Amino acid sequence: MVKRIKESWNSRLGVILAVAGSAVGLGNFLRFPGQAAEYGGGAFMIAYFISFLLIGLPICWAEWTMGRMGGQAGFNSSPGIFNYITRKPTFKYLGVIGVLIPVIIYMYYVYIEAWCLGYAVNFLAGNMNFEDVGQAGHFWGKFIGIEADGSALGFGLKQVGFYLILVFILNFVLIYRGISKGIELFCRYAMPTLVVIAFIILLRVLTLGTPDANHPARNVSNGLGFMWNPVKHVVEHKNEIGDWIVEKEVVDAGQLEAAETAAIADETMRVRHISVKEQLFNPQLWLAAAGQIFFSLSVGFGVIITYSSYLSKKDDVVLSGLAATSANEFCEVALGGLITLPAAVTFLGVAGVAGMGTFGLGFNVLPMVFANMAFGATFGFLFFFLLFLAAVTSSLSMLQPGIAFLEEALKISRKQSVALLGLITAVGCGFVVYFSAGVKALDTMDFWVGTFLIFVLSTIQIIIFGWIIGVDKGFKLAHEGSAIRIPSIFKFIMKWVSPLFLIVIFALWVAANVFGIDFSTGEANYSSYVKDLFIQPNTVAWLSIALIGIVAALFVFIVSLNTNYKTLTKEDVK
Amino acid sequence: MTVYGWLIMALSVGSVSCLLAWCVFKVFTVPEESEHVHGFEQETPDV
Repeated sequence: MVKRIKESWNSRLGVILAVAGSAVGLGNFLRFPGQAAEYGGGAFMIAYFISFLLIGLPICWAEWTMGRMGGQAGFNSSPGIFNYITRKPTFKYLGVIGVLIPVIIYMYYVYIEAWCLGYAVNFLAGNMNFEDVGQAGHFWGKFIGIEADGSALGFGLKQVGFYLILVFILNFVLIYRGISKGIELFCRYAMPTLVVIAFIILLRVLTLGTPDANHPARNVSNGLGFMWNPVKHVVEHKNEIGDWIVEKEVVDAGQLEAAETAAIADETMRVRHISVKEQLFNPQLWLAAAGQIFFSLSVGFGVIITYSSYLSKKDDVVLSGLAATSANEFCEVALGGLITLPAAVTFLGVAGVAGMGTFGLGFNVLPMVFANMAFGATFGFLFFFLLFLAAVTSSLSMLQPGIAFLEEALKISRKQSVALLGLITAVGCGFVVYFSAGVKALDTMDFWVGTFLIFVLSTIQIIIFGWIIGVDKGFKLAHEGSAIRIPSIFKFIMKWVSPLFLIVIFALWVAANVFGIDFSTGEANYSSYVKDLFIQPNTVAWLSIALIGIVAALFVFIVSLNTNYKTLTKEDVK
Repeated sequence: MTVYGWLIMALSVGSVSCLLAWCVFKVFTVPEESEHVHGFEQETPDV
């Protein structure tokens, strides 16, 4: 047995930057703008801020408090912390989810991190001179091996292999150095650098004006309008059976006027104005807004609970939690919301950007946009380096729960723990990279672990805080050493509203994304993830599930062996 | 962008910026507890 050194954060600012770094990732700059634009800026932001207050902030404070509480008893990972707090043996097994999620997500997240580094390097090398989105998409496909399994394993400048090894080593060197000398030190420099780079890019984007005189509607103002306008205007055409089919969204005032004039003369065409109220009645919007808050803040990942377990008893958690979440929100709304879509619309127009997913926007549209911008190589490099920094601060946080779990459960040193987790994640990452065709392995793991299990873990966490610890005791614990107080209304929110809201959103999510229910028509069609497993079985999807199962079984086995967890009694907790 | 678009953008960006500014102010002005065992200099990752 190895004597473990009790690690801790070096300063309050350090832990805030580390948690903010964990939360700020690709989603802030790529996913959020796409979601907000799709559902209409005004309505989406209303649902977004309500979700922030009802689930984001409450679960965040619950995680910070429970993590610090568990840390005082010497537990730094979810199985030990849940077991200690609840005094119920079953919860140590539920806590395994809090280790499984970050470990599995790391396996594919580090692959995406390597894309960001690769793109940054290729911009510097002058290899990103795309004339259209098709060329950029072709480069991306070759870079990540989207066409065939095994084709991503090259080591050239335009292939992902070399960058993957580099980022894998970087992550493990930093994580080996420990909490304060590795994670905290890196985040102290990376986070301010990230914000400075974002401001430089923002300045460039907001001064783009109308770069192509032949397309006057492609300008920054319309880019911002696409993102933030509360009322959406869509042009629809009637098909043969009389249904109205959406053709395109219109943002530019001149184009809108022209479309309305054309609609007067054409009975098969109309311009529909979708108001904020109408958008707010769309369950899909609430699902998207709540999901964005959820995944953006890194709540329910098992990361915050581990990070806060390294705080001392009198360290503040309320202000630190709020500061970390506000830093994330700033990066998402004020930076991500003003950079990505305005830049894309300015060069491609609304039609060229609408409906693009996270990867499409980030790795197909934006490279083409930077390639066509003055000093594009520099700004392209800066943007993808920014994404790379955001990704590293996030991936580091995904490793720490696993490291802490192996250390405390197997009673091994950090060096041994790092080596063991390195082996597990290298095998998993190798699997994801090998099965690169259609990013099937990545997509399957992201759906079942990176989305489904996060809902489950968050629900468990808020129930433990509100109902097992009890909201009164939970508040008392949260306020120990706190620099500010949580408003009393949050007692009611954390006990009743957050769990209920979470369960409703989870149920909606399952209905929409598992059973494929369309809320507007009521039609059901199983999602591709279910089809891949049960209707038209896909080997890679099943292998991905098997990998998740093997890692979960390994962690459950380790938990069952641990005597620290077994001998914990009610008296130990007092 | 419409007037309402500008308004929503200003409200959204302004609210998250103000929240962050307030948090930064509090973090730097409220004294923190220092019970930390290790710092950058003392900590070793392994034994």
